[in-house]
Amino acid sequence: MALNQQQNTVCLRTLHLPADERCTLAAYRRLGGYAQWERILRDKVDPSTVIEELKLSNLRGRGGAGFPTGLKWSFMPRNAPGQKYIICNSDEGEPGTCKDRDILRFNPHQVVEGMAIAGYCIGATVGYNYIRGEFFEPIACFEGALQEAYAAGLLGRDIQGSGVDFDLYTHAGAGAYVCGEETALIESIEGKKGQPRYKPPFPAQCGLYGRPTTINNTETLASVPVILERGGQWFLDQGRPNNGGTKLFSISGHVNNPCNVEVSLGTPFRDLLAMAGGVKDGRALKAVIPGGSSVPVVPGDLMMETDMDYDSITKVGSMLGSGAVIVIAEGTCMVKVLANLSNFYMRESCGQCTPCREGTGWLARVVGRIAAGQGRPADLDLLESVAGRIGGRTICALGDAAAMPVQSFLKHYRDEFVQLIERGASHAA
Amino acid sequence: MTDTLTIEINGRACEASPGEMIIAVADREGISIPRFCYHKKLSIAANCRMCLVEAEQGGRPFPKPVPACATPVFPGMKVQTRSPKAIEAQRSVMEFLLINHPLDCPICDQGGECELQDVAMGYGADCSRFTEGKRVVMDEDLGPLIATDMTRCIQCTRCVRFGAEIAGLRELGGTGRGEWMRIGTYVDHPLTHELSGNIIDLCPVGALTAKPSRFTARAWELTARDGIAPHDGVGSNLRLHVRRGQVMRVHPRDNETVNETWLSDRDRFSYVGLNGADRLTEPLVKREGRWVAVEWTEALTLVAERLKAADAHATGWLIAPNATLEEMYLAQGIARGLGCPNIDHRLRQRDFRGEGADPRLPWLGVSIPELQSQESVLLIGSDIRAEHPLLAHRLRQAVLADGSLTLVNPARVDLTHPATQLAQGPAGMVGELAAIAAALGASGFGILRNVIAGVKPSAEHQAIAASLRSAGGNDIGLILLGALAAAHPDYTLLKALAYVIAGFTRCKVGYLPAAANSVGAALAGALPGVLPGGEPAARRGLPVSDILAAPCRTVVLWGLEPDLDLGNPRLAMDALAQADFVVAASAFRSESLESVADVLLPIGAFAETSGTFVNAAGTWQSFQGAVPPPGSARPGWKILRVLGNLLDLQGFEYRDTAEIRTELATQCAAAPLDNTPVAELGVAPLGVGEGLVRLGDVPPYAIDPLVRRCGPLQRTAGLATIGVWLNAAQAADLGLAAGDVVEVSQDGPVVRTRVLIDQRVPFGCARIPAGVPGSETLGDQFAPISIVKAE
Repeated sequence: MALNQQQNTVCLRTLHLPADERCTLAAYRRLGGYAQWERILRDKVDPSTVIEELKLSNLRGRGGAGFPTGLKWSFMPRNAPGQKYIICNSDEGEPGTCKDRDILRFNPHQVVEGMAIAGYCIGATVGYNYIRGEFFEPIACFEGALQEAYAAGLLGRDIQGSGVDFDLYTHAGAGAYVCGEETALIESIEGKKGQPRYKPPFPAQCGLYGRPTTINNTETLASVPVILERGGQWFLDQGRPNNGGTKLFSISGHVNNPCNVEVSLGTPFRDLLAMAGGVKDGRALKAVIPGGSSVPVVPGDLMMETDMDYDSITKVGSMLGSGAVIVIAEGTCMVKVLANLSNFYMRESCGQCTPCREGTGWLARVVGRIAAGQGRPADLDLLESVAGRIGGRTICALGDAAAMPVQSFLKHYRDEFVQLIERGASHAA
Repeated sequence: MTDTLTIEINGRACEASPGEMIIAVADREGISIPRFCYHKKLSIAANCRMCLVEAEQGGRPFPKPVPACATPVFPGMKVQTRSPKAIEAQRSVMEFLLINHPLDCPICDQGGECELQDVAMGYGADCSRFTEGKRVVMDEDLGPLIATDMTRCIQCTRCVRFGAEIAGLRELGGTGRGEWMRIGTYVDHPLTHELSGNIIDLCPVGALTAKPSRFTARAWELTARDGIAPHDGVGSNLRLHVRRGQVMRVHPRDNETVNETWLSDRDRFSYVGLNGADRLTEPLVKREGRWVAVEWTEALTLVAERLKAADAHATGWLIAPNATLEEMYLAQGIARGLGCPNIDHRLRQRDFRGEGADPRLPWLGVSIPELQSQESVLLIGSDIRAEHPLLAHRLRQAVLADGSLTLVNPARVDLTHPATQLAQGPAGMVGELAAIAAALGASGFGILRNVIAGVKPSAEHQAIAASLRSAGGNDIGLILLGALAAAHPDYTLLKALAYVIAGFTRCKVGYLPAAANSVGAALAGALPGVLPGGEPAARRGLPVSDILAAPCRTVVLWGLEPDLDLGNPRLAMDALAQADFVVAASAFRSESLESVADVLLPIGAFAETSGTFVNAAGTWQSFQGAVPPPGSARPGWKILRVLGNLLDLQGFEYRDTAEIRTELATQCAAAPLDNTPVAELGVAPLGVGEGLVRLGDVPPYAIDPLVRRCGPLQRTAGLATIGVWLNAAQAADLGLAAGDVVEVSQDGPVVRTRVLIDQRVPFGCARIPAGVPGSETLGDQFAPISIVKAE
């Protein structure tokens, strides 16, 4: 099936507008914005029909895990008494990822509308958008949109006489990567140290302040108004079966034109690379980390034959993740790349679970030692063993995220590690 | 929760309740699963990962090992705790735990009783694969009770969760991320909570150890002997760790109906006072103003002669309420055998009007665990956290379970949960209770009619009344009278109003005992109007106030210091100075005893005698002596037994405390504890007096001679020192500011001390604690006081 070649049609649909207009309510309304929210309010649309439309669209969570959004919303005890919450996860800490930043910068009203619709569907009258603390400009943009929406009577109490309440708040994070994990994010909003909670119970039963809560990624929520406007089938048709819709990719690393681009799921990696201007300085492609720093690395030749969707990337042993495509050109020392990544996970482990707290530091030190030419032959088996003892043994996925790069780098580039260890040893001699 | 389900652990079928965690089932079945962060009394953190096990459900194995502490059971679940996969997971976690642990067991106080050490024996490797540098963490100064070696910390967060969930005061927390995560106070400060010492027991490694006892003994040198805590009415169960005749430290012993698994700092550390320098070690007789050491025979013969010769009706016996049941029983036996009915243990009570109407065997009114399920509690005159730390914990649990708590106190007290506090000075307590009674529609009888008619209940009083009425209707409402009520000049009136409120709400009335054996004292007959077993005395003797006010010519002091343990120390010291003969049995020397006594008899203190305490809930808890008394000091019961022989009294042939207890128990068999007053109470209010009024509460570490001698407890932040606490407006009114030196007096000698500002103290009052050094020459705990700025 031929893919839609148009770019930036859903979450970044305001991108073509002049820079001083993009964020405004007027511009968003001209594109048909808030029409879905007003229709829902006016017609008292049954939440289950919205959820059915989302299920049809095949929208999967865009934060990294890829969980079907319609299904997630249907878990909420919508009619149970008491407060419920919708949270937008704009923490976006995954190295390489900066797509949510641009949605908030260029199209904040669509996030507001998506959150309002989500709140309506799950029975939440309060929403929080948890935005990464370093995102000064996106926070200001979103806050501006929020003020406009309140002033226009699109949020608040008894919105447009519908009897529906929805209050929305901006919450700035404080710079911890782990707060992108949904339960750590909840702890952070509650004013506690950001560390993940053991699940179950899941947030849909016991979330923010112990109440049922749904957490969706910014891109996921921003996709909702367009899905409702153009239909679930249309969205599904943008991509492939089980991989419906469009996806924002943040292409960084050794490319000529690092950029965010929203394309159909299933777009060949080859095309995506071209959109970013190809590998920098005409060098050959060595490797790609296709879904943010925590997913396994894929050798370049394999990647050039792969399409950018959930299932295709899984087939080459990695994950689509958050859509952060990190391009690594030939001539790059993979040991140093891994040392950088491992250092990041050591710094960002919350320190709660033993394997992650102790293991990430161990990995980082050993990889760092090898990179510094002080590796020992036994180190590689040690790294594999330690990584294996972290993965799957922790409360949240940060432990896996720290382990997977180590395992995949050793799988594909073991010879580079061996060389460095031998050269380091001979230097020492 | 009646339905159970069956799971399989290591091939063995185990009964479990729905929602239970695997580890709880395994613990019950005696299947050991290693763990560090899990504790049965704390919330589940699932962070140490030591308890990973292999599990399958419905024939489908879980893809990863699961934490046994956080995985609920399901019917048909199969768990393997010792399979190769489970062991591999457990060994992996142990490797991670040890890489940054200093492994300094030989110099660690926890060595030999360390959970990490124990589990490492089973799951650790003999050689580490970790060759990088180890983490070092700066220590915290948590005050005089808890020593820290934070490098040893394995971040299990038990101590943090204890603070949040049990103590209700988050004094410790985790800061920093990853391997920089550390446990601490963030802003350096010593721990202040009265249960803080429990984190020493909770800590699975040597990061938190007991400062008073560390580096003094190894776990394997110690013999554990069972004991009962001698301070508050909880009667916490203890293990006294003894080496060569000395108590080296104290740990809690689990008892769900008493102290669960906790211990107050007072009960944990007061043993330090046993080993002080001022123990009384030989009988002393005052001859021409000088103390002379004598043999027991000589001392007791002298005492017997003087008691026999004394006018029995002008003799008074004052017994400390933490004396053992056996001591109390023998003491009253001797007193009554000599025809003296003047015996009392209510050392701080002031108002004895209508005493004849008092319930003869007062107690808490409910069991200790039942406190947790009360719907509404009215607490009259009690700083509950100071008086009974573990009962405060139970009441906190009741409040957290949506119960409500109202306090009627002279001043606001610090609590770790929501509560309604009515605190309008000592005089205001009567009015507040009258207003609650009025809100219930009570009109009272006799003199109470005027008291109740004189108040106008507010909406707050109405709400309290409604809450008590609802709780009383469900049989889970309680009205408790505490130590500050007992010391109140209108205690009788407070009691009468409590009973009026109880009558209208069907709430129970309970008494918070003053000390470890107050309930036992009534059972043993250490009261002027009650014989052993609760029988009313044919002829009522004098209560403590009259023994001192009359005053008696001959006085026996048992286990107390008259200038610190009596409600009005100046009156007491004057009375004793005038007496012809004073004999004091004491474990400690003290200036006040030496100034007023003629004979000093050294008795065994807590842990040095066998005996029985009856706790607030009426539980008889007997114990053996754990260590011998120092020098020629002897257990009190033996001294009284010999004294009885010397006085030729019948029946003093006991061979051990068990015989005494059995004899008393027989007499008590037909006498249930009962808080129903035997007649209607009702007296005119006396009032507290005009002008500025003293609030003389007894700080938690000043309540008895033993705890006053515990150096570490005395060094905790300003809890047992003299001072004048005023609210800012009152201070301004008196022209005083914080830090000013003032001269304080209650129609007597002047005490110089400093002003502190405390907004909890109401206007018109000055908090000047009782029972602390410097307070000896002051008068009643609640009475007018003069404060002038010192020149």
